[in-house]
Amino acid sequence: MEQCTACGTAEQLKKLQAVINESRETPGCLMHILQEAQAIYGYLPLEVQKTIAEGLGISLSEVYGVATFYSQFSLKPKGKHRISVCLGTACYVKGSDKILEEVEKELGIKCGECTADGLFSIDSCRCVGACGLAPVMMIGEEVYGKLTPDMVKGILDSYREEK
Amino acid sequence: MTIQELESIRKAKGDLIKVRRVIREEGEKLAKKTGYRKQVLVCGGTGCTSSKSMQVIEQLEKSLKELKIDDVLIVKTGCFGLCSLGPIVIVYPEGAFYSQMTPEHVKTVAEKHLVKGGEIVKELLYQGTVMKDGSIIPFAETPFYKKQLRIALRNCGVIAPEDIEEAIAAGDYEALEKVLTSMTPDDVINEMLASGLRGRGGAGFPTGRKWAFAKASAGDIKYVCCNADEGDPGAFMDRSVLEGDPHCVIEAMTIAGYAIGAHQGYVYVRAEYPIAVQRLKIAIDQAHERGLLGDNILGLGFDFDIEVRLGAGAFVCGEETALMTSIEGHRGEPRPRPPFPAVKGLFGKPTILNNVETWANVNPIITKGAKWFSEIGTETSKGTKVFALGGNITNVGLVEVPMGTTLREIVEEIGGGIPNGKKFKAAQTGGPSGGCIPAQCIDTPIDYDSLISIGSMMGSGGMIILDDSNCMVDISKFYLEFTADESCGKCTPCRIGTKRLLQLLTKITEGKGEPEDIQKIEELASHMKSSSLCALGQSAPNPVLSTMRYFRNEYEEHINEKKCAAGVCKAMLNYTIDKDKCIGCGLCAKNCPVNAISKTDYVAAGHKLPSMAIDSAKCIKCGACLANCKFHAIERK
Repeated sequence: MEQCTACGTAEQLKKLQAVINESRETPGCLMHILQEAQAIYGYLPLEVQKTIAEGLGISLSEVYGVATFYSQFSLKPKGKHRISVCLGTACYVKGSDKILEEVEKELGIKCGECTADGLFSIDSCRCVGACGLAPVMMIGEEVYGKLTPDMVKGILDSYREEK
Repeated sequence: MTIQELESIRKAKGDLIKVRRVIREEGEKLAKKTGYRKQVLVCGGTGCTSSKSMQVIEQLEKSLKELKIDDVLIVKTGCFGLCSLGPIVIVYPEGAFYSQMTPEHVKTVAEKHLVKGGEIVKELLYQGTVMKDGSIIPFAETPFYKKQLRIALRNCGVIAPEDIEEAIAAGDYEALEKVLTSMTPDDVINEMLASGLRGRGGAGFPTGRKWAFAKASAGDIKYVCCNADEGDPGAFMDRSVLEGDPHCVIEAMTIAGYAIGAHQGYVYVRAEYPIAVQRLKIAIDQAHERGLLGDNILGLGFDFDIEVRLGAGAFVCGEETALMTSIEGHRGEPRPRPPFPAVKGLFGKPTILNNVETWANVNPIITKGAKWFSEIGTETSKGTKVFALGGNITNVGLVEVPMGTTLREIVEEIGGGIPNGKKFKAAQTGGPSGGCIPAQCIDTPIDYDSLISIGSMMGSGGMIILDDSNCMVDISKFYLEFTADESCGKCTPCRIGTKRLLQLLTKITEGKGEPEDIQKIEELASHMKSSSLCALGQSAPNPVLSTMRYFRNEYEEHINEKKCAAGVCKAMLNYTIDKDKCIGCGLCAKNCPVNAISKTDYVAAGHKLPSMAIDSAKCIKCGACLANCKFHAIERK
């Protein structure tokens, strides 16, 4: 098999292996390991899934099956700033679809994609629980509430300037 | 920790909590005993944190230091409920309720109110507490709080959830003490049965019966699980309990462990709730340190432990068997029942699973007794229900009301009505598995059975208010998009049924609907209900069926007249230019991405240039013309 050079440093691999060794005895540890792996690498490239499968002594298809079942796991890299527009019901009835459209238009990419410069990626999510502020979007950990489409550009610009 | 230590914490800190629960005069007397002249409670729930309540706390700490005030206690609490007005700050013993606070505001409050001899800053108060004559009423007397009865949320917004001593002083672990010292497992189960408590996760199965089944199952290893995978978009009751009073869940799970003979518990919680997860973990650690969790609890010989497992974003994992499969580390697919989890659940062992709000009711039932609890609510639905009120309503937030409260009371009184002069159209309850309560049923008392009889369901407690700007066909399509996306794919009726149902609804909203589509939807829905493996597929058609029941005319209008009265379904919208209002500036044509707008030869009276017109065959209905017209000459119909 070819060596994957694009997916991570030796340090990341060390961290991942530590996680595997720590939790391999816990029943049902696969989800936890995948969550930690995604925190280390930012996403779950195939090489990482292979390392986990080998570490746990299970098949790659089992790891892949779990990784693709849950929406939080991503097999593709994400942008530096992860935008997540809430399409939960409370936000939807207050027009969050228009917010998503505006973000897509402003960045020239679709939901689920990442900009060519790697700065932004857009996802939709189902409820961050800030329904009192609907419609909301998150960029990284920051929550932006009570949005209107014309606020989107200004918010994105503040991240562009910061780079 | 021993029972004596538990008692001494209650004694030492009880008054501190009590100040927050009693009326002003009594609070003022009590406050003297506590050593704190005033207590400032700042909401640290997700809603208020999102509106920057942490900066409010920082500023508050800074201001108190600068003003050399050392007899004011700052408490970071869970959710007060009125999320749309966050960040919220309450000052006791006055019970002054400040809303939408900024760091500058709180600085003012510190300088004018918190200093010795200071007075309430009226203009920063929640205006619902300021009467026309300038007098101030306690927030508990405002329409939003007055009709509420807080049992599950009793400690939310009252205590500091990250401090176990506050939780103990507020009554947490009192039920555990009672159970371990004076009740047999059968006593506990009988008490739960007698209370009439039904599962708050949606299905409404009697909690006591569930526990009795698990107790009756043979086996020395059993499990207790907590469902905190609150997947219904727009519902945040469970999150708020975990954020505001995590110890009540830990305590209740331990009690259930004692009742059924289990020694291990799991909380399965959404990873999308970072604050809830963090507070739960802190609470578990603190309970461990104090000997309220782990081996030999309270020195009374019972062992119980709890582990937290994070979900990873799959709605189906709210279904009990899928949740257990997910804890086992697999794809969260449901299993056929029977065998029921009470017989064969997690890791193949007898298991009970209750949701967070159900757990939150256990302590009051044990301490105050089943009789007290069963006197609240209706004949078949006892106690209270927490709703996450959202959508097009003035007071967005968390409310807890006795079962049997009418929708009208919730919408018009507690919710403060519909904003922007719009009209109430329907309330959606039960999320993607539920249905709509239309305006004509607004006086229906809300309990498990009456909601089912009108074609909706209680669900976990999401309540989204819709007004006349919402299209019901579009709302059903929204829910089907959700369920089609979240169907796990294991069984055919759900996997393919949700897709087909979504296709039919999409067709209708795109103006391509045919009269026979309604019948097709009904037929498909009935097959999905009868043959899907789990509740996700069985209930996925509910939003469509219930809107078709009450808003059939909207479906027919979409199909027969190709019209969307609410103006939501884009394909059916028509943009026209009022030729007499149009001054012919051409700004619309410049902004039209498909060159669908051109000049006519009509010049309106008083105008110099000919008016513009839209070629509806070319128009893609993007709305750019409407957004750019300064003369309100473009209409969308």
